[in-house]
Amino acid sequence: MKVLVPVKRVVDYNVKIRVKADQTGVETANVKMSMNPFDEIAVEQAVRMKEAGQAEEVIAVSIGPQQAQETIRTALAMGADRGILVQHDGEVEPLAVAKILKAVAEAEGPGVILCGKQAIDDDANQTAQMLSALLGWPQATFVSKLEIGSDEATATREVDGGLETIKVKLPAVCSVDLRLNEPRYASLPNIMKAKKKPIDTKSPADLGVDPAPRLTTVKVAEPPPRQAGVKVADVAELVAKLRDEAKVIG
Amino acid sequence: MDFSVTEEQKLIIETALRFVEEELYPYEEEVERTDAITPELVEQIKQKSIELGLYAAGMPEDCGGGGLDTLTMCMLDRALGRANMALNYTVYRPSNVLQACVGEQREKYLLPACRGEKVDCFAMTEPGAGSDVRGMKTFAKRDGSDFIINGTKHFISHADWADFVILMAATGEEDSARGKRKKITTFLVDKGTPGFTLRPGYKNVSHRGYHNFILDFEDCRIPESQVLGEVDKGFDVANDWLGATRLQVASLCLGRCDRALEHSLDWAANREQFGQKIAKFQGVSFKLADMKMRLKAAELLTYEAAWKYDNNCMEDMDAAIAKLNATEALAFIADEAIQIHGGMGVMSELPLERIWRDARIERIWEGTSEIQRHIISRALLRPLGA
Repeated sequence: MKVLVPVKRVVDYNVKIRVKADQTGVETANVKMSMNPFDEIAVEQAVRMKEAGQAEEVIAVSIGPQQAQETIRTALAMGADRGILVQHDGEVEPLAVAKILKAVAEAEGPGVILCGKQAIDDDANQTAQMLSALLGWPQATFVSKLEIGSDEATATREVDGGLETIKVKLPAVCSVDLRLNEPRYASLPNIMKAKKKPIDTKSPADLGVDPAPRLTTVKVAEPPPRQAGVKVADVAELVAKLRDEAKVIG
Repeated sequence: MDFSVTEEQKLIIETALRFVEEELYPYEEEVERTDAITPELVEQIKQKSIELGLYAAGMPEDCGGGGLDTLTMCMLDRALGRANMALNYTVYRPSNVLQACVGEQREKYLLPACRGEKVDCFAMTEPGAGSDVRGMKTFAKRDGSDFIINGTKHFISHADWADFVILMAATGEEDSARGKRKKITTFLVDKGTPGFTLRPGYKNVSHRGYHNFILDFEDCRIPESQVLGEVDKGFDVANDWLGATRLQVASLCLGRCDRALEHSLDWAANREQFGQKIAKFQGVSFKLADMKMRLKAAELLTYEAAWKYDNNCMEDMDAAIAKLNATEALAFIADEAIQIHGGMGVMSELPLERIWRDARIERIWEGTSEIQRHIISRALLRPLGA
């Protein structure tokens, strides 16, 4: 079975995000970029499946500028076998990503697509679900445990209020959650091996997809700073404030 | 000129930084407080270092090393250099000079050192022979096919961890343009060899948990098969194989500068006095600018020298400039970092007082700042006959 893992290049989780002065987006110039942490978890899962003999090939795919090749290289250094870069310099919305991934999936025929549940830049949490619908494949989202059988997978999902275990027929789309695993470091020998692994470059047009945005960003602004709280003397005052000022109780 | 960092180098740095944060930083406080590192911890870090291929990363692949070039090793040493010396050393790089091993020496020393089964230490300095290396009194007298060694070495780092010593000893005298000078031979001496004993060295200001030792040799008999390289050619062996150890020191300093500057930026951007962030005071912000400038210069000099080393065109002066600049940059940056932090800077809760203390040795070992200036000035003046 092939495993397809989409990996996104995002602003590193350690970087303090700054809004651009013209409010068109967040600052990405001279900012450290890394693989989306949820995608790292997906790569780790795929590599573990390969090590366990459940997968023959792990393919990392990224949609983005030329530099997204570095993100693919990270996946290759973790143990993925080859990469596909769908090069596109502009913004790509979740639906366009899902369409591109659908085209890649139809060409590659993976048994499972492992996505991060969301990317830490826009936190859209849409791509896996849209991809599943476009392909007509079952989906298992927010997966914290995954067992792959011959023609079906058993997935434990993190849902509101606890865990839910479901079975999905393969091929399927899974989106992985934080607790699925702890991604490995790329070792030096694997980094050196990754250098020789192939990365195919394609364009959205090659895959018959028009990635033009359908949404317009009006303005990006920082959340308003939190106001200082107030101290209350006793429970009676607290209840009064909640009722009369905050109006959260009747 | 191409100053870009390759994808592989970026990944190696990322792995090394994560290793430092997850495997070394958590133990720094304990090592600093106890002035010791437990054998269990050494073993734990070493195993992880081997798994990740950080161990012996600079040794050639056919010896079981990682085969990294000097430039990439400098980047790796920079990342690892953030942690304190004792923890940094557990990640381990065997002395490059072991590449001079031939025949059975490879199986006995070089390969086990790359695999992590044996650790070396390097013994050159003596109480009467510091910068004046050739002034060494430790003497190896030939006796048939053996040598009998007598003398004392001191300031020998991590000799307690070492399974064998790479020892430099005088084996005679020869005439030179400036009169008689000693001929030096390099020996491989196993710990436990009769006549070789080890005692603790000096307590010192730097490097908690990473200790120096005094090595005594008293009629210590060593067969000729333990000579590394050729007899009387000890300096040739060092020149041919020792590698860019001065750049290693420079790189370690860069890592410490990185850490001190990061702490300083974070502190300046968050600490408030007189109703504003202290970074708003020019007295603080200009210090940060100077620190960054010194660090950048040290980085470029180090990487350029390393690149030249890899391209076989590094001169002694290049390494001397890089080492001199990086060690002095560290002294400056560590001191300014503390000044920016004020009283908090000298408290052991932050790594700054440790970086500041540890910085002092960097301007002394691997050739003092004065020796480096001597090398640079001689390279400039010799062609002028001055």
